[in-house]
Amino acid sequence: MVNLEINFAGIKAPNPFWLASGPPTNSGYQIMKAFDQGWGGAVWKTLGVPVINVSSRYGAVNHRGSRVVGFNNIELITDRRLCDNLREMEEVKKYFPDHAVIASLMVQSKKEWQQIVQDVQNAGADGIELNFGCPHGMCERGMGSAVGQEPAVLETITRWVMEVAKIPVIVKLTPNISDITEPAQAARRAGANAIALINTIQSLVGVDIDKFVTYPVVENHSTNGGYCGPAVKPIALNMVKNCAQHPLVQLPISGIGGIENWRDAVEFILLGATSLQVCTAVMHYGFGIIRDLTSGLEQYMESHGFSSIQQFAGKALPNVKHWEELNLNYSIKASIDETKCIGCQLCYIACEDGAHQAIDLNEDKNIRIPRINEENCVGCNLCALICPVENCITMVRKDVDKEPVTWVQRTEANHVPTTFNDELAGGLGHSVPEPMEALKYKNTL
Amino acid sequence: MAEPNNLQPMPDIEQIFAQLKPLMNNSQAYYESSRCLFCYNAPCMLACPTNIDIPLFIRQINNGNLSGAAKTIYSANYLGNTCGKVCPTEILCEGACVFTKMNIRAIDIGRLQNFATNNAILAHLKFFDIPEFNGKSVAVIGAGPAGISCACQLRLEGYQVDIYEARNNPSGLALHGVAPYKITNQEALMEVEFLRAQFGFNVFYNKRIADKDEFKGLENKYDAIFLGIGLGNSGKIKIKGEEKQNCIGATEFIEQIKNNPVLQPSAKKIVVLGGGNTAMDAASESARLGARQVILAYRRSQSEMKAYYFEFDLAKISGVIGMFNVAPIEVLGENCVTGVKFIRTETVNGKFGNIPGSEFTVDCDLVIKATGQLKQTSMIVNIPGLDMDESGRIIVDHATGRTTNPRYFAGGDAVNGGAEVVNAVAEGKIAGKGIHGLLSKLS
Repeated sequence: MVNLEINFAGIKAPNPFWLASGPPTNSGYQIMKAFDQGWGGAVWKTLGVPVINVSSRYGAVNHRGSRVVGFNNIELITDRRLCDNLREMEEVKKYFPDHAVIASLMVQSKKEWQQIVQDVQNAGADGIELNFGCPHGMCERGMGSAVGQEPAVLETITRWVMEVAKIPVIVKLTPNISDITEPAQAARRAGANAIALINTIQSLVGVDIDKFVTYPVVENHSTNGGYCGPAVKPIALNMVKNCAQHPLVQLPISGIGGIENWRDAVEFILLGATSLQVCTAVMHYGFGIIRDLTSGLEQYMESHGFSSIQQFAGKALPNVKHWEELNLNYSIKASIDETKCIGCQLCYIACEDGAHQAIDLNEDKNIRIPRINEENCVGCNLCALICPVENCITMVRKDVDKEPVTWVQRTEANHVPTTFNDELAGGLGHSVPEPMEALKYKNTL
Repeated sequence: MAEPNNLQPMPDIEQIFAQLKPLMNNSQAYYESSRCLFCYNAPCMLACPTNIDIPLFIRQINNGNLSGAAKTIYSANYLGNTCGKVCPTEILCEGACVFTKMNIRAIDIGRLQNFATNNAILAHLKFFDIPEFNGKSVAVIGAGPAGISCACQLRLEGYQVDIYEARNNPSGLALHGVAPYKITNQEALMEVEFLRAQFGFNVFYNKRIADKDEFKGLENKYDAIFLGIGLGNSGKIKIKGEEKQNCIGATEFIEQIKNNPVLQPSAKKIVVLGGGNTAMDAASESARLGARQVILAYRRSQSEMKAYYFEFDLAKISGVIGMFNVAPIEVLGENCVTGVKFIRTETVNGKFGNIPGSEFTVDCDLVIKATGQLKQTSMIVNIPGLDMDESGRIIVDHATGRTTNPRYFAGGDAVNGGAEVVNAVAEGKIAGKGIHGLLSKLS
């Protein structure tokens, strides 16, 4: 029996899917609608001194028929009065006492921080999220990512909050920093109960090439925004992993960054997240995607025999190692299933021009199925990745008899290349055509 | 007594002949072009007689370089727009699309091609620099796809090109012989005008070149002559009663419908004889124009028809009834057709023959013979030293289009015996290069 309920640093929710702080949580109306459709929690659009926004506010990256694979915004925190938000928060909690309502906060002075924390507690919030992440607009005023990028400042402000907080406090981190575990450790030192990451990545989403201005355009100008959506997931996963593995962080993690389907959710959980926040996907498809998220997560857990999120949280972490700990003797070679090959020859040209010249075409031009040259195949995955047919190219293990050996071990054994022309160069046995071979076709014209 | 059918208002002609490949809108073109895999050595390109770099132009459409896409197309095929509409893409580029190997719908290549070229035509884009007159001139006989293609190729090298066309408009069969739901007359004519404005060849209409003196005159005036003369009228089937009123050739029928898309009021029951693509067009058009019954009669089995499977499907959807293994033996009637007498046929142990005693009659008031067009032999014999094969096709060197008379080159239906527009375009271009190869050596 699968149970999706979570207890995240003391915040209980019927499932791990929360709306991240942003436009979908701008009002009690939206949050009530989301809870009614099955969302487990919501982080209220960041509260503070209300702002004045510009138009336009969003930009997107589209890719060959897919809209909004990346999304960028220059919108600020809430532009609604605190009293209106608090009244709505109270009402939401009255109708949905078992759902998680977390108040995202961003203010400046100690007095403001301690005041607003108490205000949202009185309104019935189940938790608080400190927005130290926004990389646009608010950071120019010394808030958002300006705080997240300075661990000492982050620590100080978090302490102010912890002095008055009676409910769990989550620190939301910015990815616009070279080592995200530093602010994460600062949060831990300040006594925060959890961390949430990632906030958006500072970005220019594109340039209007006729008007010479970046998107989104405000009259004739623009400014950098915060990048999110499916394109940022790999960056988020890496940062979640970094925090989850760090011995001095050891805080529950709310995973954020490009989560659009249950598979993304499982990946974040396997790397240590125990609650999940979604914004862009809801801005794209609406609250209705929750049905796919929960049903997909349930079927995954059932098929793997997991009855709770905790049972598989962080399960992939022990397998994420440093490069030097990987087995250098592990060897795979590409294999083409000729019954599935459609003859697009994309694998050929990808390997030929973009990798290791390990795929050959048939001399008979009428036979379009390419052949793997195992001698030259380094097992890089490229062909399998670009092949448009499901399971047509697979990578087959070939090193059955070899003992594993890592870079660390080879270094200890003094068996690594150390000079520029070292005979131990890994590519030495690899056949590379002479440069002039590239122009050979010209003689045949 | 009026038939119930005739009491209903006829749908307008645009509906009857709604385009099979209508112009895409921007969103359609974007999403469809997004699907293309950009294959290496793309099979679609290899399947195209003019070798258009299809993955490139599709990518150019997808990335918002519509004029670049049109240039890619026109660099390979001067009638890119017409071909996008009338090519049997199902068996050429789209038939070769790797998606079909996964049972996924092929990329809509024809319509994407049409999308890009239509934009270029409407915007009067110019893609080619025409050099100064090089001092030599070439006569092209026939303003069909082969002749136009040859003319464009020659203009690129600075030749003066004069096209002599027997009819009063260009495009040949692309205009007169292609079913109206494949391309409109306006579209076909617009592309030729787009090319004429760009390449600057001259076209003289209503100039039939046929007798010895006329050829002699051209030989004196021009450095080379290209024959893009196509085929002639429908051939005879050599059965009794064939000369009766309302027993007509398919090519003539299609041309008449193209100019004036109505059936003669007496044509209620129609029999189409033949199993090729022209038969399918004539049958489809008859059915769409409101004939009460259209029977397509073919002497052999359905699988032996020369028509593409999708053309017969289209005819069936239009309401045509297929009758197979039936050979016509007599067209019945006093002066006017009243029916066709058939005999059943069979193939036994590989031998095809009639089944004695199996004669039967089908009533009808119009017979359309789609059993092939005649070769232009009476015209060709007026050119000295120009050889034909046993079936009347002009013999050429396929690498240059040169005929056995060194001053003459040829391409299109007159050479291949009747193929697709795209084949004529390819052959016209090859001949243009062949003529340049010859004349540039002579100087």
